[in-house]
Amino acid sequence: MRTRLTDDETAVKEVFDGFFANESPIAIVRAAEPQGHDSELWSKLAATGAPGMALPESVGGGGASLRDLAVVVESWGAHLAPVPLVEHAVATRFLHTCGSDIDSLVAGEQIATLALRDSVAGAARLVPAGAVADVVVARAGNDVVRLNEPGPGTGPRNTGDLPIADRELSSAETVGSADEWTRALDEWRALMSVAYCGLGRQALALGVDYVKDRIQFDVPVGTFQAIQHGLADAATKLEGAHLLAHRAVWALDTDQPDASRLAGMALLFGAETARFCTDRSLQYHGGYGFSEEYDIQLYHRRASAWLLQLGEPSLEYARLADDEIGPIGSSGEAA
Amino acid sequence: MDFSFPPEVEAFRTEVREFLAANLTDEMIAATHDGTIHAPELHAAMAARGWIAGPVPEELGGAGRSALESVVLNEEMQLAAAPVDAMAVSIVVASILLEHGSPHLKDSVVPRLLDGSALGCFGYSEPESGSDVAAAQTKAVRDGDEWVINGAKMWTTLAHISDYVILLTRTDPDVAKHKGLTFFLVPLDTPGIEIQPVPTMAVERSNATFYDDVRLGDEWRVGDVNGGWAVMKTALKYERGIAGGQFPSPTVIDAALDWAQTAERADGSRPIDDPTVREKLMRSLIDVEVCRGFAYHTASLAEEGVMFGVEGSMTKLFASESYKRHCREFQDMMGVDGLITHHNDDAHLGGRIEENLRHSPVTTIYGGTSEISRNLVAEGHLGLPRTR
Repeated sequence: MRTRLTDDETAVKEVFDGFFANESPIAIVRAAEPQGHDSELWSKLAATGAPGMALPESVGGGGASLRDLAVVVESWGAHLAPVPLVEHAVATRFLHTCGSDIDSLVAGEQIATLALRDSVAGAARLVPAGAVADVVVARAGNDVVRLNEPGPGTGPRNTGDLPIADRELSSAETVGSADEWTRALDEWRALMSVAYCGLGRQALALGVDYVKDRIQFDVPVGTFQAIQHGLADAATKLEGAHLLAHRAVWALDTDQPDASRLAGMALLFGAETARFCTDRSLQYHGGYGFSEEYDIQLYHRRASAWLLQLGEPSLEYARLADDEIGPIGSSGEAA
Repeated sequence: MDFSFPPEVEAFRTEVREFLAANLTDEMIAATHDGTIHAPELHAAMAARGWIAGPVPEELGGAGRSALESVVLNEEMQLAAAPVDAMAVSIVVASILLEHGSPHLKDSVVPRLLDGSALGCFGYSEPESGSDVAAAQTKAVRDGDEWVINGAKMWTTLAHISDYVILLTRTDPDVAKHKGLTFFLVPLDTPGIEIQPVPTMAVERSNATFYDDVRLGDEWRVGDVNGGWAVMKTALKYERGIAGGQFPSPTVIDAALDWAQTAERADGSRPIDDPTVREKLMRSLIDVEVCRGFAYHTASLAEEGVMFGVEGSMTKLFASESYKRHCREFQDMMGVDGLITHHNDDAHLGGRIEENLRHSPVTTIYGGTSEISRNLVAEGHLGLPRTR
């Protein structure tokens, strides 16, 4: 049992906190809007080896664990870095598992992504990173297919300024089965739960800094208990989300029997927590929080957006319930 | 990070489960309906195994169990709905005495608390001081070799079955409130003590205790004269891991699931097939996993020798607030049947959800209110200014 980062994980964290602070400051995040992608930043990130770090060394990857990757992802989330790190890493790991060619993906020369929602009639709607991905992996019925085709570059304007886009799959080839797909989606869920913790932590920090400086009624507003208590609730949930998110990643990494359950739970709780953090933090900024000038709105919009790439949250609860207590109509006896 | 338990802790969990299956009976749980959350036979059986003394170091008469084993014991007992209150409080009292007690107390009282032959209770709150615990007015005045105590304490829950109360008193009224406090361990059969029941909205009874010229030798003092605040900090440190419980919800969720699967609505449907019920169940199970993370985290920190501070407040805040919400949601789920108390033979699972609903409000109050917890998180974790 070790519920804090190990020394090795701390070293990884320090490297990537530094990387994203230097290479993806908030000006870069803003400059990448509305498309939500910075190809130069992607090249720099690829040069660190991060996109392929959780692939075996035998294929040119970094041989790192999912846990190490999660440490990078938490930093990525905290900086809202406009590059599709999680989608690429998960899609590439999946393709490697299937024995599909990943030569152009390991070092990040090309970008891969996964369609989180099943494709319908040969098309995947609003695929995460779909605007910029050269390789799209998607579920089609009982198969999983791979599309090799440059992304359109842009997609519809959206709340989170994310590079989501529709992708036609008619020229895609089958690479795997639906069984293996579950694992990929769970990796996305677990890693994004960690990313949400990074987002939530930074959003909370913005709020805490703001209320320490902002003077109203002749005192810093952070001296008011109403504000302190809202921020304390956010900090408490965030600590809980952090522990759950990293437990989910650990569970996937070590093939625990409840790994899939924890991944689903961690994402829902992480998203809800990050949204709570951004809500409290924005609220305590007063009117400035609503203005484009202040950074908290960037966090607030992404907190809303990331989860919805997967679909309706209520369907995620329903999915967890089906696994936990059996499908509707079984009166729980199937569990 | 690594969230696995060492094999010996997993083995201990199995041992605890087997013990509870063999020793915890429905009658013991039902017996708490008299208002006293204590099961003497269970307490004795646990003491015989050395589990009351579990976390206490071996050289001090304990079993020297690891923090991970302690959290597992706590978790399994709460999952089984075992009446743990008296046991939990006695362990805290013993821990305080081991850190601050005189040789007399360590030799004559601690072994009795640890072997289960004596119980202790808390005497901090007063009619006029609750969260502002350092404002205690109960007086202790030196008289030759003795101390004379006068005053009143509130919420001395379990005093009516306890042997000792650990009492916060004022020994210097002329200095800042934190600097004039002294603790005593007071045998409850000392002349001058009166115990009056305080009924509550839940099944449990609490007490008010009154101290009228209660005379004690100096060997009953705990910590330094006017050094009571340091003892109070120790007391709260131990209590935060326990009060409010990290796992109060699972027994309620179990009952809710049972109801949802077996009850039939007027239209013939079952609650379990209602998507809103299913989402509530899943949300509550997620909250439980969050509580697990907190519990394992604080235990893991303790195991590493890192004394947790604000993490204890976060654990308590999240566990008790979410528990209160679960009780509300699942009583609502049962509709009018959710109102039926344990007094009725046909109450669902002995009226478990209803009983928890009435118990739940106190959990965000005792052991540090949610508001105090938020203050501590705001100050200790976020670095915001102290507001009181």
